[in-house]
Amino acid sequence: MPSARAILIWVGLGAALAIPLAVAAASPLLEWRQPVYIAAGFAGVIGMGLLLLQPLLAAGSLPGLRAIRGRRVHAVVGAGLVSAVVVHVGALWVTSPPDVVDALLFRSPTPFSVWGVIAMWAVFAAALLALLRRHLRPAIWRLWHMGLAAIIVAGSVIHAMLIEGTMGTVSKLALCALVVVTAAKVLADRLPRSIFARRKA
Amino acid sequence: MTSTLHTRRALVVGGAAAAGAAVAGGAFGLVAPAGAAGLAPTPTMRGGANNYRPGAPIMQRIGGGGFMMTGTVRRAGDGAPLEGVRIQIWAHTTEGHERDPESHGATLTDAGGVFRMEMPQIVPAFGQPHGHLAYDAEFDRNGYETVFLRPVMRSAREKTLAAHFVLRPA
Repeated sequence: MPSARAILIWVGLGAALAIPLAVAAASPLLEWRQPVYIAAGFAGVIGMGLLLLQPLLAAGSLPGLRAIRGRRVHAVVGAGLVSAVVVHVGALWVTSPPDVVDALLFRSPTPFSVWGVIAMWAVFAAALLALLRRHLRPAIWRLWHMGLAAIIVAGSVIHAMLIEGTMGTVSKLALCALVVVTAAKVLADRLPRSIFARRKA
Repeated sequence: MTSTLHTRRALVVGGAAAAGAAVAGGAFGLVAPAGAAGLAPTPTMRGGANNYRPGAPIMQRIGGGGFMMTGTVRRAGDGAPLEGVRIQIWAHTTEGHERDPESHGATLTDAGGVFRMEMPQIVPAFGQPHGHLAYDAEFDRNGYETVFLRPVMRSAREKTLAAHFVLRPA
């Protein structure tokens, strides 16, 4: 039987992921959007939620998903994150092609697009690197993966905070703060060890 | 500031006092609509032309209305108001996406160079509540250079949005 602490962690995490989705589902903006545009928005909200899960899984911090099991789920969630980004950008493209082309070419008038596109490429790079992991030295792999993770988190959070979208301001701020604090803690905990490992190797 | 003013004045070789004052006014961003020497043309904004529909028809009102897009059109240089200039307006509103034909409409400026178009409430789309306006030379006989604008509302709750054109002869 799971401990009270484990139950508390999972309930808290579930709420952190579900509340922004519920707020987005209740957004008045949905009324004036076609399904494909609504899907684009939700893919973005889901992607941000997955960014909270990733460092916790990588660090093995979640009850029942310690160490290697956590890593396996981390890989699956990573693939989910790639899918969320593809759906987000693809559905926005269908909604308004010229706006997405502008964003991808870094000539959009909106300041948040740049951050979103940077985070997108960092997600793709991190996924590609994960596929090539066996060909890389562990210390090199870890530094690159952590560097890309930092770019993904920073880019995504700035992107989301500058947007007036379906996520409520409070729920967005709360989720983004959780994502930043969690990622920063996990990255900071692992950085010295990886540098040490590289020196030894 | 004084030294800047003198430097700018020095550029106006042999300029009269009035010309010097006009330049100083320009340096401080106090260009008056009428009589300002060298009123600069409005540049096209990034993303302004997105989802433009060439030749959208002239209409009294876009959809059900409830929101007002206003603005002025003036001539570069002397700032004279331009009458009968065709301006196309479109946005993501409570009644449709930017790409929808029914979200687009055109109007003409009056004798004072002013245009007003009633349209549905603009709602945030692609992260910002914003509108689009076009002066497209191909669909207007006045012969100025094409300009696209993309003004952003300070708040999604606002009921009006203004955008101003200063056009240069093509």
